[in-house]
Amino acid sequence: MLGEQIIKGMAVTARNFFGSYVSKNRLTTVQYPEERLVPKANTRQFPMLVFDGDAEKGLRCVACTICEKECPPKCIYIVKSKDKKPDYKGQPQLYPAVFDIDVSVCMSCQICVEVCPFESIKMNTEFELATDDRFEGLLLHKNELAKSNEYYHKLHPDDAKESDAVLTAEKSRAEAKAKTAAEAKAKAAATAPAAK
Amino acid sequence: MNAVAELPPKSFAVKPKLDESGTPIGELLEVSMGPHHPSTHGVFRMDVSLDGETVVKLKPVFGYLHRNHEKIGENISYLASMPYTDRLDYFCSMTNNWAYALTIEKLAGLAVPERAEYIRVIMAELTRLQNHTCLIGFFVQDMGALGTPMMYAFREREKILDLFESVSGARMMCNYMRFGGVRVDVNDEWLAQTKKVVGDYGNFLDEFEAFLTQNEILLARTQFVGVLPRDLAVSASVTGPMLRASGVNYDLRKVDKYGIYSRFDFQVPVGEHGDVYDRYMMRVLEMRESIKILQQALRDIPAGPVMDPKAKLRGFRPKPGEAYGRVEAPKGELGFYIISDGSPNPYRYRVRPPSFVNLTILEDMCLGHRIADAVVILGSVDIVLGEVDR
Repeated sequence: MLGEQIIKGMAVTARNFFGSYVSKNRLTTVQYPEERLVPKANTRQFPMLVFDGDAEKGLRCVACTICEKECPPKCIYIVKSKDKKPDYKGQPQLYPAVFDIDVSVCMSCQICVEVCPFESIKMNTEFELATDDRFEGLLLHKNELAKSNEYYHKLHPDDAKESDAVLTAEKSRAEAKAKTAAEAKAKAAATAPAAK
Repeated sequence: MNAVAELPPKSFAVKPKLDESGTPIGELLEVSMGPHHPSTHGVFRMDVSLDGETVVKLKPVFGYLHRNHEKIGENISYLASMPYTDRLDYFCSMTNNWAYALTIEKLAGLAVPERAEYIRVIMAELTRLQNHTCLIGFFVQDMGALGTPMMYAFREREKILDLFESVSGARMMCNYMRFGGVRVDVNDEWLAQTKKVVGDYGNFLDEFEAFLTQNEILLARTQFVGVLPRDLAVSASVTGPMLRASGVNYDLRKVDKYGIYSRFDFQVPVGEHGDVYDRYMMRVLEMRESIKILQQALRDIPAGPVMDPKAKLRGFRPKPGEAYGRVEAPKGELGFYIISDGSPNPYRYRVRPPSFVNLTILEDMCLGHRIADAVVILGSVDIVLGEVDR
């Protein structure tokens, strides 16, 4: 019969229309910004720099510029420091004098996070970054990028635990190495006079 | 496809009125459709010559979205090209990733762990589901079904994008696969959620089909419109659902058996008329087969690592050589051709985009049809301009 299928189609539309009042499955939108969805576990927006303790001294970044080289759209700009400061292992390391990320260029690909050997650069989940400043507003500097490890734990608890474990393992390895080196030195110092 | 068989096979193509010497009577009207026409799926332009409302000449014009993908790929490292492949066909970033990763794995001789192969199949088939669902939504919108079917399609797509986001971190630009595996492992919770989404998808398809497949308006607008003959499809190297709608049984998942597709039990739907309706039907049937593959993959997925231990991220330099890797993307054969000279960047980086090649045949399908049908025919080709222009 002509029009039968059109009536069937209308029935589907009606089922969805009235169903949207009762079924969550048929009404999937929420009223942003009053209502918000819970962010997904691995969600990513733009990079941030993680620090432990103090925002200036505890920055994990050692300005190795691997992320600057690997970044596909080249949105990272780093200037190495002239002096050195002790890192979490106590070894003197460079730190970034300037660390800028232009988030208007960044494409949130997370490659900087993957290539970083120091667990320093991680992905933030903040996305409401709109600004009326056309020139400097979306160029994030070191102080805006720096976020505490506690904040990172809040965003991605599993990943943060993993990176903490990596850092602790490295630290203990470095301490063990330093200990054996010190012992060898002491031994050498003890045996040296005897040889004389 | 019973409804097709019942109708007499006649052509709706209209010949322009000619005088004795064979030239059309009256003047032709040239219309430039696009690049901002809502039916052109992006920034695509059709220069159409019309005799009345009949198309006598059609010239596709593209390049508005050209952004130098291949040249950029030759100037950045192998890994850095991976997020750019997401932006080729931005509906199917997972299959784009897979095609690129497959090529580099051939080039560098990396082996993919078992679990990663299963994850790749799951991701690719989910991509196929959401691409075909959306395509049907867009395509019926081109015919005037404004909004409603597309909203249902997008509602279902959202469920799959949520799955993508919770594992890879992004909804569309997933950047998920790596040379020698995948970036992060999936957990049991994710697999359970995927099983639920896949289980429900059949019901949605039933509802969607009740809405569309036998609909009189859809039948009248699509049957025997834009017929692509089998020989023409083969000689124009059309691939994907368009080729299969013309009656050629050619699916890279069966022909190449890349990844682990030889392990799954599924069929390749083949059309017989090659018209727009067959192309619509191919997509529906392929989605049903994808659900079968997904159910098998989700049942059989083993535990284990997801990355080849030999693969490395920093300082990746494959030995000199060349490789061509191809996958059956939702739109057709997606291939990457890479030449390595041993440096950190590829020497040559070439993409074989399915929707670009499928688009070359547009004029042959549109000639003799009304201009309103040209819109429907373009919709059935399934183009994404990010991939056509690169």
